[in-house]
Amino acid sequence: MIYLQLLWVFIKIGVLGFGGGYAMLSLIQHEVVDNYAWMSTTEFADMVAISQMTPGPISINLATYVGYTTAGFGGSLLASFALCLPSIIMVYFIIRLFMKKKGNPLMDNTLKALKPAIAGLIFAAGLNMMNVQNFGSWGELQNYLSIGICGAAFVASYFFKANPILLIVISGIIGCFVY
Amino acid sequence: MKKSLQLFATFFKIGAFTLGGGYAMLSMVEKAVVDQKKWIDADEFWDMIAVIQSLPGVFAVNTALYVGHRIDGTRGAVAAMLGAIIPSITIILLLATVFHEYRDLPVVERIFKGIRPCVVALILAPSLRMVKSAKLNWKTAIIPLATVFLIWWCKISPAYVIITAIVGSFCYAIYINRCVKKEDKP
Repeated sequence: MIYLQLLWVFIKIGVLGFGGGYAMLSLIQHEVVDNYAWMSTTEFADMVAISQMTPGPISINLATYVGYTTAGFGGSLLASFALCLPSIIMVYFIIRLFMKKKGNPLMDNTLKALKPAIAGLIFAAGLNMMNVQNFGSWGELQNYLSIGICGAAFVASYFFKANPILLIVISGIIGCFVY
Repeated sequence: MKKSLQLFATFFKIGAFTLGGGYAMLSMVEKAVVDQKKWIDADEFWDMIAVIQSLPGVFAVNTALYVGHRIDGTRGAVAAMLGAIIPSITIILLLATVFHEYRDLPVVERIFKGIRPCVVALILAPSLRMVKSAKLNWKTAIIPLATVFLIWWCKISPAYVIITAIVGSFCYAIYINRCVKKEDKP
């Protein structure tokens, strides 16, 4: 049963995952944390951090981890395979349909129009992680510190394009010494 | 067969050493496939990437599949895809066993308490950069706001939101294309 659920969930994510790894986060989060509770919200945040620091696609990393924690080694392979399956099927159709034509204007315009929605999708994934479990409750020391770290990391990343791994390491060191 | 093995090795190396997501790996793929092995020329490569970017799914996997297929057919596609994902799967499996064991250690918990808010910032920043590059006006700004509202506030499944957005974008693209065609006719 768990195998079928993993298969279904990650095929769905593979089909609907437009716009790269970050855009898939809210899909994965919704299924894995909210719907099936295979992972807690803190575990999800931790895995995203680990994915940032290790090579490889973030969605494959999450699929492997979720599969492993819910159904062991077999589950990890199954979840990763399920995530790739729609791509594998699509290769053959797309190569026949589109590869010969350079830049289909209909497809280009669809994607351009989709972009704002994808940005919203990514933003929602971030907001969903801004909760009591990850940030502490109102008035606690952890809450003030979390808001501070989040704000500083945001400024460093958005305005100064700081290296994400460096930011994670610095935040980890701060956490280690302050808490 | 030799080509497939080389494809596997190339994508394995990229999968094992490229940090920073799908787009960071593109220049490495180009270097290997176009400059060194000369399997395809740069123009064809970037045309392919333009199509691949518009597809759903894992970008690195899609790239591996298409490049692999172009160079050595089905065998090449499978070899390149396995090369791209095996390093990730191996690393995460190793880390997952370790992480499960040490997760509850107070030091580890303290470190991650610091990291979690940073992760949130690292997700919010690129989404705002996307909004900026999409050059929204006050009318189109409703789209990302509505998306956030539906997913975050109403807890509607992102799947439905994406399907709705795709249908909407597609209709809009048809409309735009018609307008362009009308302008072309004198």
